[in-house]
Amino acid sequence: MDKKVKLMQGNEACVEGAIAAGMRFFAGYPITPSTEIAEISAQKLPRVGGKFIQMEDEIASMAAIIGASLTGLKSMTATSGPGFSLKQENIGYASIAEVPCVIVNVQRGGPSTGLPTSPAQGDVMQARWGTHGDHPIIALTPSSVRETFDLTIRSFNLSEKYRVPVILLLDEVIAHMREKIEIPNEDDIEIINREKPENDIGEYRPYETKGERLVPPMASYGEGYRFHVTGLIHDETGFPSNSPIVAEKLIKRLIDKIEVNKEDIISFEEYNLDDAEIAIVAFGSTARSAKSAIDMARDMGIKAGLFRPITIWPIADEEIDELSKKVKTIIVVEMNLGQYVYEVERIAGKNCNVIGFGRANGELITPDEILDKIKEV
Amino acid sequence: MVSGLIEKYFRYNRLPHIWCPGCGHGIILRSIVKAIDELGYNKDEICVVSGIGCSSRAPGYLDFNTLHTTHGRALAFATGIKMANPNLKVIVITGDGDCAAIGGNHLIHAARRNIDITTIVFNNNIYGMTGGQYSPTTPKGEKGTTAPYGNIDKNFDLCELAKAAGATYVGRATAYHAKLITELVKSGIQNKGFSFIETVSVCPTYYGRKNKKGDAVNMMKFLKDNAINIKAAKSSDAERLNGKFLIGEFYKSIEPEYTDEYNKIINIFQKER
Amino acid sequence: MPTSITNKELIIKKDWCKGCGICVEFCPKKVLALKDGKVEIINLDACIKCGLCELRCPDYAIFLRGEI
Repeated sequence: MDKKVKLMQGNEACVEGAIAAGMRFFAGYPITPSTEIAEISAQKLPRVGGKFIQMEDEIASMAAIIGASLTGLKSMTATSGPGFSLKQENIGYASIAEVPCVIVNVQRGGPSTGLPTSPAQGDVMQARWGTHGDHPIIALTPSSVRETFDLTIRSFNLSEKYRVPVILLLDEVIAHMREKIEIPNEDDIEIINREKPENDIGEYRPYETKGERLVPPMASYGEGYRFHVTGLIHDETGFPSNSPIVAEKLIKRLIDKIEVNKEDIISFEEYNLDDAEIAIVAFGSTARSAKSAIDMARDMGIKAGLFRPITIWPIADEEIDELSKKVKTIIVVEMNLGQYVYEVERIAGKNCNVIGFGRANGELITPDEILDKIKEV
Repeated sequence: MVSGLIEKYFRYNRLPHIWCPGCGHGIILRSIVKAIDELGYNKDEICVVSGIGCSSRAPGYLDFNTLHTTHGRALAFATGIKMANPNLKVIVITGDGDCAAIGGNHLIHAARRNIDITTIVFNNNIYGMTGGQYSPTTPKGEKGTTAPYGNIDKNFDLCELAKAAGATYVGRATAYHAKLITELVKSGIQNKGFSFIETVSVCPTYYGRKNKKGDAVNMMKFLKDNAINIKAAKSSDAERLNGKFLIGEFYKSIEPEYTDEYNKIINIFQKER
Repeated sequence: MPTSITNKELIIKKDWCKGCGICVEFCPKKVLALKDGKVEIINLDACIKCGLCELRCPDYAIFLRGEI
């Protein structure tokens, strides 16, 4: 079969990926620079029997996708800066109630209304710690249009597999940039669906896990299991509990289900790192500039390489630790005034020099600027 | 031993419930379940959604598909559920603060869409769970822990609000008028569209104590003596209505329902295929 | 088929009673009383099995058996 080759922007690739992954429900609220994701979802979803709804705000959009997911539909919302802030409480709800869903955040300049049409990478820490309390989260960040397609599918897959909200962190450049992409055949796309309970109705305990598997099978509303879901600390039956023992057990399992499966969840790209003395850590659109800078540096005889986290949460701590033993300096380049750099420093700081290079004025970081930084080192 | 109704529809091993002695919420909840029983629905097709607050603990006691969400957001979660699976009969149980303060925006928009959800507000005129702060339905001049000198906010008439926003079935009953609750809930669930039923509850612990309304019995007597059915009110003179409040079925109309309208869009493309 | 009135039995589930007194107040035949903070039947003969106690008990602690 012929593969489909199309010219499209990141936001469109995101919707194409989502529908390929099985998204059948989208709720959102217009906000630049993510709006195309809502517009294209509104256009495409009814054509595949799916549903789109424009809610009254981002809080409601987040709530609606959790509700839809509880009936069994793969669900997504998309937003940007201010809307991402509004969604945080219900992202926490999805974390504790273990409701699979995908949240796309197209990062723009902040804080507050900030720079609505300019790129930024200022929501890195918010993606990890935006909602209150200790909670599990997965965040992925693509640096091309094709990768946006792939990572949207992967976001759904991880979300279904681990019953966790997955954040797809784009930036304005990736979202609006147009690239030629080859859309893979349906048969070549791996799709993961949530595990369903095999218990007889009446014996189903919605938060009971079996053996090593830390993710409970999930029934849908209307299937006959009649289970209870709450944002309160709950035991295996799903009903609330004030017991410190129950609370500890639940929170520990929520964290562990990501922690012990890090190898499956974490992905990254290494570029020219084999003999590198200077490593750049960069993600999203910034990684593209970094790659060019590295090529220029290599031409000048400087041994530079790139470590590009694709999964930015959880952080690839083992790989960064290994990297820090091989290189003299790590430069973390990000479109903010220093967020991921502190995580990298925590892991690598004991072995090598870690420095940050960033900016938050709505302008891209150019290859020349990164090259200057490399030369400085 | 428990009654047949409780045994059939409640997760009765979770009872007694957390509500205070004399709280009207238990009466209202039983009346809702009675309506579901009389309508003869299968328990699997009922989905009850709530927010946060005293009222919102209700779904945990019911043997249906149940969802206890975040403060104010029950209707937004319920909208997702109903859109995703229109076969479910979706009922939202909410409180006056949950529904009309933090969730006020979701209320008016769910009503505007005329999505087939039956919303039942347990209105106790106070924030009970947090200890007695004034709410959007605390009458002007009355007290709460955050209105120690009397509330200067004007209170909402929730039924007028829902009707103005587009609800296609609107009614009010009280914890004293339990049979009326059952009647209204039955009609509300049967209405294909957004139904809004305000149930006036009693909170002797906070609202009653703060405002010297007496105990639960006194508060129930107040409801008995001061609520007038809209049908009776029509033939009453102004003097008899003075200081009273209305209960009964206030409004119903037939309008296009949201999930039906969306399915029409899906059907366009199904024909194409 | 509805159970006939005479077949119904008034049951109290004392451990669920919170002693609010609503059933006592609104019983039309004064069948009930509060004793030590819980409801008690003091005049069963007067009971007409109307079910108003069950209708308004917030705690499901009093009901007529033989009726749903």
